[in-house]
Amino acid sequence: MAVLLGAVFAVVFICLLFFIRLYIVVKTGAKYKPGNKGQIAVLVVAGSGGHTTEVLRLMECLSAAYTPRHYVIADTDRMSEEKICTFENSKQCSDSESQFTIHRIPRSREVHQSWNSSVVSTLNALRYSLPLVFRLRPDMVLCNGPGTCIPLCVAGLLLGILGMKKVLLVYVESICRVQTLSLTGKILYPISDYFFVQWSSLRDRYPKSIFLGRIV
Amino acid sequence: MKTVFVTVGTTKFDELIENVTSKEAHGYERLVLQVGRGSLLPTVDSCLHIRLEAFRFKDSIAEDMKQADLIISHAGAGSCLEALGAGKPLLVVVNDKLMDNHQLELAAQLHMDSHLLYCTCSTLIQTLRSMDLSALQPFLPGQPRKFATFLDKALGVR
Repeated sequence: MAVLLGAVFAVVFICLLFFIRLYIVVKTGAKYKPGNKGQIAVLVVAGSGGHTTEVLRLMECLSAAYTPRHYVIADTDRMSEEKICTFENSKQCSDSESQFTIHRIPRSREVHQSWNSSVVSTLNALRYSLPLVFRLRPDMVLCNGPGTCIPLCVAGLLLGILGMKKVLLVYVESICRVQTLSLTGKILYPISDYFFVQWSSLRDRYPKSIFLGRIV
Repeated sequence: MKTVFVTVGTTKFDELIENVTSKEAHGYERLVLQVGRGSLLPTVDSCLHIRLEAFRFKDSIAEDMKQADLIISHAGAGSCLEALGAGKPLLVVVNDKLMDNHQLELAAQLHMDSHLLYCTCSTLIQTLRSMDLSALQPFLPGQPRKFATFLDKALGVR
């Protein structure tokens, strides 16, 4: 009886600790300045089609300080790898220090996939995302909307909760989203450190968001 | 030769391909179709009223866009932005069979700002007959530099 009580108490305590840590990690995002140490390791999530195009546009003007760059694509994505390589090769002008890698994880959700099975496939993607993020230890995750980014962001958040490393979540909502946020955006809005929208109608509705106009 | 270039990006949009290859040429002499993952890949001789070319994917459609006098595109952001970036008149056809059809928002906003025309498959023919391309406004490119500058400052990059 006492053992049971003890076990229940332990579980409740761990949950409480988890949520306190989650709160701290989310609230202290703005104070973390990885630029101070020189290089900023970035994990870039490249969804299919337009998502990859947009995220590479965002990367265009990032300085050489943002290295190494780890691109993560869904395993069923055929085109993003080529786009990424083309982009990276065009950057190879002066910096011999810049490096990039490409990784594949199971897709969280295919276009037209039902919502119920999406939960299962997202959990499956999490199985791959956790070890990947734990190994890469990025300073920042950059994503812009595909479901693929959710397990990666969750893994990044977990790294912070466990006190292993603070991983900044930088989310840029797609330019497609003018009046409403994507489902991914709605999920990540409360936990992102920097959440960008590209139309003023969204900035008005989501006060925590950053609006710089069209940035892709 | 007055050319129309049709693109559906990485998606499948059979209804658009069907509608755009139906009877009229609307004053154009050449029609180039990028059909993506669609099940329809029309052959060169399948259209009698217009010179037809069709393919699924290319490494780059920049050249096809450059040669076009009109671009008809699905509402995907990449396709729209690439067409607007090429400075070509753009007609966006919204696929109303997609889940939650968020693409409408971008097409509607860009249309409101007079950067493109838009319609659905059912209104495509009518739009092609009555459109006025001279009313379109040039589209200024987005500025990723603003993003980079903001991030540098926020993350403490020197």
